Amino acid sequence: MGLIGDLSIQITQMLVVLLLSPLLTGFVRVVKARLLRRRGPPLLQPYRDLIKLARKEAIVADGASWLFRAAPYLIFAATWVAAALVPTFATGLLFSWSADLIVITALLGSARFFLALAGMDVGTSFGGLGSSREMMFATLAEPALIMIVFTLALIAGSTQLSTVAGFMLSPEVGLRVSLGMALIGLVIVAIAENARIPVDNPATHLELTMVHEAMVLEYSGRHLAMIELSSQLKLLLYVSLIACVFVPWGLAPVDAGFSAHLVGVAAYVGKLAAAGILLALFETTVAKMRVFRVPDFLGVALMLGLLATLLRFVSRGL
Amino acid sequence: MDRLSFDIAHLVAGGLVLVSFMLLYQDRLFALLNMFALQAVVLALSVGWQAYVQDAPHLYITAAITLAFKAIVIPVALHRIVARLGIHREVETVVATVPTMLAGIALVSLSMVVMLRVTQGADALAREDLAFALSVVLLGLLMMVTRRNAVSQVVGFMSLENGLILAATGAKGMPLVVEISVAFSILIALIVIGIFLFRIRERFDSVDLQALDESRGESR
Amino acid sequence: MTALIENNVYLILFLPPATAVVLMMLPGYLLSARLNMASSFLTFLAAVSLFVAKPASGNYLLVDDLNIVFVVLNTFVAFTTSVFSASYIAHELETGHLSELHLRFYHTLYQVLLGAMNLALVANNIGLMWVAIEVATLTTVLMVGIYRTDRALEAAWKYFILGSVGIALALFGTILIYMAARPVVGEGLNGMVWTVLIVHVAKFDPALLDLAFVFLLLGYGTKVGLAPLHAWLPDAHAEGPTPISAVLSGLLLNVALYAVLRFKLLMAANPLAMAPGPLMETLGLLSLVFAAFMLYRRQDIKRMFAYSSIEHMGIITFAFGMGGPLANFAGLLHMTMHSLTKSAIFFAVGQIAQAKGTQKIDDIRGLTLSHPVLGWGLVLGVVAIAGMPPTGVFMSEFLVAGSTIARAPLLAVPLVIGLLVAFGALMWRLHGLAFGEPTGSTTPVAASSLPLVTHLGLVLLAGIWLPPPLVAWFQHVAAMLH
Repeated sequence: MGLIGDLSIQITQMLVVLLLSPLLTGFVRVVKARLLRRRGPPLLQPYRDLIKLARKEAIVADGASWLFRAAPYLIFAATWVAAALVPTFATGLLFSWSADLIVITALLGSARFFLALAGMDVGTSFGGLGSSREMMFATLAEPALIMIVFTLALIAGSTQLSTVAGFMLSPEVGLRVSLGMALIGLVIVAIAENARIPVDNPATHLELTMVHEAMVLEYSGRHLAMIELSSQLKLLLYVSLIACVFVPWGLAPVDAGFSAHLVGVAAYVGKLAAAGILLALFETTVAKMRVFRVPDFLGVALMLGLLATLLRFVSRGL
Repeated sequence: MDRLSFDIAHLVAGGLVLVSFMLLYQDRLFALLNMFALQAVVLALSVGWQAYVQDAPHLYITAAITLAFKAIVIPVALHRIVARLGIHREVETVVATVPTMLAGIALVSLSMVVMLRVTQGADALAREDLAFALSVVLLGLLMMVTRRNAVSQVVGFMSLENGLILAATGAKGMPLVVEISVAFSILIALIVIGIFLFRIRERFDSVDLQALDESRGESR
Repeated sequence: MTALIENNVYLILFLPPATAVVLMMLPGYLLSARLNMASSFLTFLAAVSLFVAKPASGNYLLVDDLNIVFVVLNTFVAFTTSVFSASYIAHELETGHLSELHLRFYHTLYQVLLGAMNLALVANNIGLMWVAIEVATLTTVLMVGIYRTDRALEAAWKYFILGSVGIALALFGTILIYMAARPVVGEGLNGMVWTVLIVHVAKFDPALLDLAFVFLLLGYGTKVGLAPLHAWLPDAHAEGPTPISAVLSGLLLNVALYAVLRFKLLMAANPLAMAPGPLMETLGLLSLVFAAFMLYRRQDIKRMFAYSSIEHMGIITFAFGMGGPLANFAGLLHMTMHSLTKSAIFFAVGQIAQAKGTQKIDDIRGLTLSHPVLGWGLVLGVVAIAGMPPTGVFMSEFLVAGSTIARAPLLAVPLVIGLLVAFGALMWRLHGLAFGEPTGSTTPVAASSLPLVTHLGLVLLAGIWLPPPLVAWFQHVAAMLH
């Protein structure tokens, strides 16, 4: 396929992540509700919410600066780009040369940075509280993510996601402790970063416990829609990342035909569904932990990341 | 040696290091004991796998001893002792958990650097086994110096000793491995009996054994 | 008779455990104590007969000129200590410190300890040696805790934990030695037989040997009581029964040192491995200087002499670390003299503590007036251990210092400072203990002072006249040690 084909796949990918992310969030909510023997909201409720919010007037607090208004777009853009870079159903994307784990980490980091700034911008107590907590978690979650990235890069010999995925598909990979640790570490980071139970409750508005919600409390209308959408994108991103690195089966290789891509899409949807069910199961079985316990929880991820990097050196290929 | 068997050996031995880390992380005595039992199970798996790979049937005995004694008898005994003696259920640390973990990471990297540099001539399996074993040994030592209660010190010692067993089984064809594991088991049994008989609860400055003796009419 | 002599090595190994079994079943402490003495004496005789008929070495046992010295010294001090212990224990029973059952336990363990130490000394297999030292440590742990006071238990626990760590490190070193040997001598038993190892050691991987030696030195060094791993030693000496303090200082430390020496020989035989000397010198000097300063401000008399043991083990380790015929000779002589003198001091201290009912230095005054034999015995012992002429300790310390000044003058500075500081501390304490107005009870002790007198006599004699065969033997062994 030529440039057109590559471009079309890349565009499809960008649209797929954008369109699927509210669905994933809705799916998790439905599964969670069913597990609690509630009926729960309809599957498509997140879309309706987004549309409703986008139609409403955006009210901005008096003391807000330009940053407050710009932040949602910046956050959304950064997250969307990051999500679009992770191979979902095919590895041979047009921009796969830039689909680098470090780039993705950096994009997510800048999104978080703007979100924290926006939280503090208005000057309400909740915003500041949320931002400071978010940053406290970030000081542990980001190094952990970086260590995990290092581990993967050391094992696969590249930080590029398509190469990593290709390596994971090859028989070279073998059974490695480092990979197991990296997986657990990445899951912990993903849970913390997406404000899921037990770190944060996405459905709460209780002052004492909220982290993510506290930062976005002042937003309304289309701004809120942007932020909601970017957090949905982030969830999808992490799920795709884990799927791409640790369960890369079904990914369409470079220069694959149309049918391979179809298989890739089917596999991807299957993976998302599985991840959604697992996440819902996990969230219903654990209790939310106290905020001050969260650093311990994230510390585990950091430790696993460090250990995985270390242990990698004693694995095969010494 | 084929790759799968290496991979499995690597996986179990690495798992042992991971569990040693998790031992450092525990702050409840019972959780610590459970984690220790898990460590013993992982060790038994590792030893069993070495027995299979090296075709050394005597190592199966070591694995069986480890499984029966350290994964079942000792944790159960310690559980009962903790319950019977009313030992404080929390692990009291000298140093906080986070610095301890960081020190642990430093120790692991130290042992990797030292071992990999030193054992360049040996085969890969023995090398990684020794590196992991040294890590487990050092982590056990770390646990012994950073814990206050007798029970958690003993757990640290046993963890250290698990590392030694790993090293001994990793050194192919080493004689006396079974004897050494038996000797260690006796040693540990003595410690546990000692804890029970002498009612060693926490550190000694917090318990008055004289008073205990007097209450039982054994004062002198 | 010839059959006995031919199997003398088995005699020293199996007589003690066999006696232990009998002692375990024997009620009545008087008979037990006598049997203990008799058995120790027979073991000593068997050890002496090793000079006459040296058995061939096998895969498990080895008797060469080096360990004969250790075995004979070991069994001799064990014998005299058993004589001392017989009278000491009787007193403990009278005062109710120990019960009959405890005594049975004590006598059994005494013989087990003796057997384990002998096994450690004649083992040719480094794994077997390790097991023997472990058993010896365990028995002493149990004996240290025998009074079951909280302090005794704490001492036993500390000893146990540190000893176990030492043991674990030593095992790791042993495994590494095997790993180094495996590519050269093949798998299986040969990789742990010392006589096989020493033949092939030149071809071993030097890096692996280096690492192994570090672990072994730290591991067995814990048992030797080298700083910074000495913390168990003062407690264990102070809280256990005094005969055990004498055995610990006079024997067990030597056994651990012997293990270090065996591995030092291995290291020296590999041209590419690091020289073991500097490490041993450092640890030795560290222990010497540290213990010398710790001697001041000790409140407990047994604890003070425990620190003195650390100091002397430091000197001995240093001497062996220096190497060379003269320093090795001095190390051997010093080890012998220290064993004799220190156990003599503990004999005296044990009886003093029993007579005065306390171990606190401040509460003991004017011993030479109240208990002339004990008091002067202590004076003589402390004078000897401090290294005053004309005792054997003076000679050996003089030799150590002399060879250090000749070969490494810079190292002589801390060595001499350590010696002088320790000397000052001991003399200062001795003055208070031995002279002045007597305090406390002045009732004479019933115990026999024969072991005390014998040891001190030997030490004095060695200072004036060393028998030429002994000198020749020591010189031969010193040459063996490189």
